[in-house]
Amino acid sequence: MSESLWRPTAPLENLRRRATLLADIRRFFAERQVLEMEVPILSRRATSDPHIDSIVADCSGAPAFLATSPEFGLKRLLAAGIGDCYYLGKAFRNGEAGGRHNPEFTMLEWYRVGWDDHRLMIEVGEFLSWVLKISHVRSYSYRALFLQHLDVDPHRASFEELKAVLARVLEISFEPAGRDECLDLLMSHHIEPAMGEGITLVYDFPASQAALARVEEDELGVPVARRFEAYVGGMELANGYWELTDAPEQLRRFEADQRYREDNDKPVKPFEERLVQALEAGMPACAGVALGVDRLLMLACGAGRIDEVIGFPIDRA
Amino acid sequence: MGTYSTNEFKGGLKVMLDGDPCSIVENEFVKPGKGQAFNRVKLRNLKTGRVWERTFRSGESLESADVMDRDMEYLYNDGEFYHFMEPETFEQHQADAKAVGDAAKWLKEQDVCVVTLYNGAPLAVTPPNHVILEITDTDPGVRGDTAQGGTKPATLATGAVVKVPLFLEIGETIKVDTRTAEYLGRAKED
Repeated sequence: MSESLWRPTAPLENLRRRATLLADIRRFFAERQVLEMEVPILSRRATSDPHIDSIVADCSGAPAFLATSPEFGLKRLLAAGIGDCYYLGKAFRNGEAGGRHNPEFTMLEWYRVGWDDHRLMIEVGEFLSWVLKISHVRSYSYRALFLQHLDVDPHRASFEELKAVLARVLEISFEPAGRDECLDLLMSHHIEPAMGEGITLVYDFPASQAALARVEEDELGVPVARRFEAYVGGMELANGYWELTDAPEQLRRFEADQRYREDNDKPVKPFEERLVQALEAGMPACAGVALGVDRLLMLACGAGRIDEVIGFPIDRA
Repeated sequence: MGTYSTNEFKGGLKVMLDGDPCSIVENEFVKPGKGQAFNRVKLRNLKTGRVWERTFRSGESLESADVMDRDMEYLYNDGEFYHFMEPETFEQHQADAKAVGDAAKWLKEQDVCVVTLYNGAPLAVTPPNHVILEITDTDPGVRGDTAQGGTKPATLATGAVVKVPLFLEIGETIKVDTRTAEYLGRAKED
């Protein structure tokens, strides 16, 4: 038994750096007239996202769920007319622990009314350049990245073609279940590590990975998700959308997620129908992005593991 | 035998992969924000020593391997097998040259080694980190050259060849690090 498990895993200088980072983030948004909002972290509704699991708590004898992101709360505020806003605080995801993950983590999420994904990508680039003092920002479409690194069109290649590309670059222990699993593997195992230094923005994701982003045709007439991701040094930092505002489509996606969860023996929890109601009432067109603050701090401190920037990760919490 | 799920994988865990016993070297959780969770795992095949990199779906499991490390005293080599004994039970095990591998050149009778058993039979042998061995052959010593830092090859009683300072002579005993084959110093008389 180690005697020092009461101690923080992170060096104190990194925890002091966290304090200045949080203050800098608040200053960035204050200067741009984006308002800090609080939303419920304990909710009777859960995420339906097929690959994100909520942590269940017991509140007054009934299940409540720890928020996996502030998205539903902020969107309900947007529909109520709050305007440009952000959340800076904790979010929770069950089962996510490793060198870059802790089940409890700090998230920054912000929304810009009237903007689309490309306008917001510019601000994400500005934000990251400012925090990390990196001036080099590159952006690529998801297709361009796959063509460059793997010589395959991720939107048009068949499942069989993607499996063949996968077999060429990676050893896996299972039979891939579909195109998206192949794309996720190629992106996370092959393309991300090859991205190199600097800030990389990737846009126009496959329509099948739209989550809560709008789907529109790209310049080749292929439907793509108006979703983007930001990476620094090959580490995924942020995920943004030109937000879906269509209530019936939102309801269809929630229901499709719930069906996927049932078919794949994943926990099915009550989804946030109040978001559908908010969209029915009319949420303004907007773009939003969520960013992992612990990872940002890892980059700012030159840390290799998330437990070097979190005082008490789950094993010591 | 039990199974281990990817979230239990950690360095040193012994599992079966493609029919061979492996030791987990590294387990990295990989999850795109909106994508599926995977575990990228490095495993050392204990039969071949080769390191594999393999990606699993998070939650997949592997069968545990009946592999254990035991401290055993090296007894003797009968020309074909190397014989080891467990000091507590006096139970003896014989290992073939393949299992002993490179450790052979460091094995001195009565030294305590780590013998890795797979299904009860020796799979690998790890010599002690430090061994004390006699020099059986080397060029004549050069006196008064202790400060120069030059080296010469010396053959040890077990057959290993290491670089030693010029002043050492045949018949002297020295301490060597078996992981690097590095000369550490003259063995103290005790």
